[in-house]
Amino acid sequence: MIKLLDKITLDAREVRAGFADTMMELAEKNHKIVYLAADLMGTLGMATFEKTYPERCINTGIAEANMVGMACGMSVAGMVPFVHSFGPFATRRCFDQIYMSGAYAKANVKIIGSDPGVCAAFNGGTHMPFEDAALMTSIPEMTVVEPCDRVQLQNLLPQIADTYGMFYIRLVRKKNPLIYAEDAQFEIGKAARVREGSDVTIIASGIMVEQAILAADALAAEGISARVLDMFTWKPLDEQAILEAAQETGCIVTAENHNILNGLGSAVAGYLARRRPTPVEMVGVNDEFGEVGPESYLRERFDLTADHIIRAAKAAIARK
Amino acid sequence: MQTKKTNNLPALSTQIRIETLKGLGKLGFGHVGGSFSVAELLAVLYGKQMRYNPEEPNWPDRDYLVCSKGHAGPAVYAALALSGFFPTDWLLTINTPGTRLPSHCDRLLTPGVDMTTGSLGQGASTAVGIALANRLQGRDSYTYLILGDGEIQEGQVWEAMSMAAQLNLDHLITFVDYNKKQLDGYLCDINNFDNIAERMAAFGLEAVTVDGHDTNAIDRAIDQAKASGRATCIVLDTVKAKDCSFAENVFNNHSVTINEAQLEEGLSFLNAKLKEQVRDDD
Repeated sequence: MIKLLDKITLDAREVRAGFADTMMELAEKNHKIVYLAADLMGTLGMATFEKTYPERCINTGIAEANMVGMACGMSVAGMVPFVHSFGPFATRRCFDQIYMSGAYAKANVKIIGSDPGVCAAFNGGTHMPFEDAALMTSIPEMTVVEPCDRVQLQNLLPQIADTYGMFYIRLVRKKNPLIYAEDAQFEIGKAARVREGSDVTIIASGIMVEQAILAADALAAEGISARVLDMFTWKPLDEQAILEAAQETGCIVTAENHNILNGLGSAVAGYLARRRPTPVEMVGVNDEFGEVGPESYLRERFDLTADHIIRAAKAAIARK
Repeated sequence: MQTKKTNNLPALSTQIRIETLKGLGKLGFGHVGGSFSVAELLAVLYGKQMRYNPEEPNWPDRDYLVCSKGHAGPAVYAALALSGFFPTDWLLTINTPGTRLPSHCDRLLTPGVDMTTGSLGQGASTAVGIALANRLQGRDSYTYLILGDGEIQEGQVWEAMSMAAQLNLDHLITFVDYNKKQLDGYLCDINNFDNIAERMAAFGLEAVTVDGHDTNAIDRAIDQAKASGRATCIVLDTVKAKDCSFAENVFNNHSVTINEAQLEEGLSFLNAKLKEQVRDDD
């Protein structure tokens, strides 16, 4: 069951601490689980895991293509590999390996791409993936998820470990707001409805879920009733929730920390165009490269705020 | 466990060429060059060295083969058919719609194919992963990896080899089919990768070069690799399209067309050779 906190608060724990805890629990229960990183073992706080399971924790060095290929081979021979690098290197650097040795060969690898979009902050444009999820959703049979907080991540990880197939997990590593209560439960492929509403639906994911909730609350003060869906599964898309939103609220705003081209907005609009044409406004990165700076600056720079969502919601309603 | 072994490995290599040629000849074209250059290797593996069970292709304790130069699939299929994984009739369906024998190896379609390959270089990493996974699970299985010489131009191969040495994967045996040619011509004219054994040794592997058309030499090298306690690379000095009468001496013989007259001529050459090999054996 999806349980929200009464008030969004900054999580006392970093997301990566939750990640490392859950990986420890999973590895203890399932001896097939292995973890591979390409010289970024420390960035997800996996030191305890490495110490506890030295043989099942492999640092491949700075060689992402080989890391992903090895993981695919390991899965074919019975293991359940999780691999991690920063988002751009976990996806575009080894796209062909993920495609052929992975998905095409029906391997079972869980790929974690950290610091999505503007979360790459001071690492700048070279490290700022606005296209990673687009690449991953373009591969048949990939499951693509973007958790919005630590609780959601920790609830999804065991399901991901237990479900055979290729996954891409778009992961914020550090301090992040907490949206959900600790015992909230999620189902992959099913959007979490975090605000009820009838005038417009905001479909958001990742760091934009918090902004969508802030936008909905601000719109409510103006008498506009906004539904908010946390679409943490980008693929397979929860088409039923999108269709209901279109039928019941008549217009849609999407909000993503990603290029709006080939991202969540494109996926939602593409589905609605085929099934039920509905006004859609998209909040996200407008086909630009990233740049360096604090995340707060980058969110403004790339239109990723509650204010942008509020404006888009009003524009969508006006198009009904 | 059931394995189909033979004492006459040269004859098996010729049978692999015959069955490969029949399949590609039916289709009228195909990767004859790189399929024929690894026939002796496949004969040694399936005829003697590998542990497998054609009744249970996914037997967890089997040895694995990753043919990273996936376009040599037709030769692998011939070896698998001759080893009892499926009827040799299947070879006549290579690359036809709905076939279980596609141009490049596919682990989901063909009994006995352990890994999907085709995008060059990738099999190196998957073989490293398979060898590591088997070691972690306490299996003594060997993983055999076949690379093309042109293929080792892919940087991923060297990432994988470095890791194989680092992890000391002593149950991973890598072969490089050094037939000196890639699709566009000679390696030395394009991006030369000679001194392969030295390069592999520099990456930390035990490495040797042997005559890739001498089944005894290959067999001995594998025995030595197994005894070495290290990740090993065996470079096979080979001839592209070896023993394909109409293609061996052709410059562009990576993928060739095959007409009926060529098919007949090629088969007749190979059948005569097989007859000699069988007679020598008696």
